[in-house]
Amino acid sequence: MKASVPDTRDSVGIVEPQLLRFEQGVTLQCGEVLPNFELIYETYGQLNADRSNAILICHALSGHHHAAGYHHENETRPGWWDNCIGPGKPIDTSKFHVVSLNNLGGCHGSTGPRSTNPSTGEPYGETFPTVTVRDWVNTQAILADALNIEKFAAVVGGSLGGMQALQWAIDFPDRIGHAVLIACAPKLSAQNIAFNEIARLAIKMDSVDGSSDGALPGLGLARMIGHVTYLSDDSMGTKFGREVKSGDIEQGKDVQFQVESYLHYQGSRFAQTFDPNTYVLVTRALDYFDPAMEHNDNLENTLRRVKAKFLVISFSSDWRFSPERSDEIVDALVAAGKPTVSANITSSFGHDSFLMDIPRYFNVLKKYLASVAEELDA
Amino acid sequence: MRVDLKHAAAFVEDNARVLDLGCGDGELLQYLQESKSIRGYGVERDQDAIESCIQRGVNVIEHDLNSGLDRFPDDSFDIVVMTETLQALESPRTLLRELLRIANRCIVSFPNFGHWRCRFQLLFRGRMPVAEHLPHAWYNTPNIHLCTFRDFDELCQLEGLEVVERSVIDPNYRKVKSKSTFSNLFGTTGFYVLGRGR
Repeated sequence: MKASVPDTRDSVGIVEPQLLRFEQGVTLQCGEVLPNFELIYETYGQLNADRSNAILICHALSGHHHAAGYHHENETRPGWWDNCIGPGKPIDTSKFHVVSLNNLGGCHGSTGPRSTNPSTGEPYGETFPTVTVRDWVNTQAILADALNIEKFAAVVGGSLGGMQALQWAIDFPDRIGHAVLIACAPKLSAQNIAFNEIARLAIKMDSVDGSSDGALPGLGLARMIGHVTYLSDDSMGTKFGREVKSGDIEQGKDVQFQVESYLHYQGSRFAQTFDPNTYVLVTRALDYFDPAMEHNDNLENTLRRVKAKFLVISFSSDWRFSPERSDEIVDALVAAGKPTVSANITSSFGHDSFLMDIPRYFNVLKKYLASVAEELDA
Repeated sequence: MRVDLKHAAAFVEDNARVLDLGCGDGELLQYLQESKSIRGYGVERDQDAIESCIQRGVNVIEHDLNSGLDRFPDDSFDIVVMTETLQALESPRTLLRELLRIANRCIVSFPNFGHWRCRFQLLFRGRMPVAEHLPHAWYNTPNIHLCTFRDFDELCQLEGLEVVERSVIDPNYRKVKSKSTFSNLFGTTGFYVLGRGR
């Protein structure tokens, strides 16, 4: 595909990732210590004089720091949330200074399983310590310190990113003005954990068998499973239906449905770029996330300490993190008397809706963040 | 501001926890936030209304009242306000009970079907009434549970509710009058402040 020249009107344009090395190290929730670590991040938009207009973007399972703009003129696709971040877009870079990082344990440049373990001289691989949502938030705060950002105007995230925004509000009540939780849940359900475990097992099968001898690696299969859970029956029906890509369905010979071909493509492409150990680590972090656990499973009490205002957005066809899961958060916030806006967006795209430019979704987000910007000016 | 909202505001105490069901564009809550520093939440299902609330800086929860109010615990608010919404609900009696479960005080307003114009149209023209305070035709009206002031009084009695305030609002939301003998004939909008009673 020919590279499209970045649209300068509503694009943040060419961006350059930054790498920060932290020599002070960090103690993780599991007790293990990383003697030093690196975080890769990007920023879009100007930080204002009183350094109050920063928005932190927290990424989901397979996300990374490259959320908007292009790394170079020939890059075929912009950052993963480019439709939402830019001048005049819902996360408006003419008003906000946006910080987007690759989380600790990731595989896009921050310290993770592919990095060298200083004590062995070998890559960490599957020995990389267990990382939790709290660890991510903690290291994001360390990054904020380094960037001299005392308080984020908002922390925004979809799915697992929303969980980080929620954890921010709990762990750093004075350092976050607004928490924007999109397609989120206060903890995973048994069904969610089950899907994650199947995905992890698919990855582990690789090491049991030695190699996947050219067939789709376990990570690809894991992605296929995940991908199905991010879509809805409706959206898959609309996109693929029962369309056959090759073969003869009447004779039942060498049939490949479009949906099969699509999933194979998605799976193998993902397996080429993503790290299996990161996938295992991140799904574990998802499974373990449960901020109410240390408050006798009472989310309302957990949220009493928060000072942030909340925007909670869910999508009607999302069965991975259904609107009811968002409502659990909303109800706990209301019970705790915290400022809250909730919106349930009608959409057929399932969990993936949070990445789509659905007009009503973007309107709500845009208007909410515009009021955040006004608050800063006041 | 609409006079019924202003009237409602008079019954809300400073710093109260207020739940506004069918809060519309959030006008009442914004006024109460600014003048009485209340802690308020609106409940709304209309998209445009929700966006207006966001712009006004009013808390709003997207929720359809017809799916019930189970999500709000007993006594979780000091007062619940529901203006011009009761008549459009699937189960007004259940909802009324719910309001007084969530708070021990509620404000309810609704259009009077016993207004003389309604009676006139039905009696002499044999048509379903359409009036200033009830502007919809029968086939597209959201108002599926219309009642007269007398009907509502009866329900309050049946439920054993304490009627703290009963007044009538004119069709253009201009003035509030106390409810009198002839209001069931001449009043358009009923305004009630109710308590749990008994």
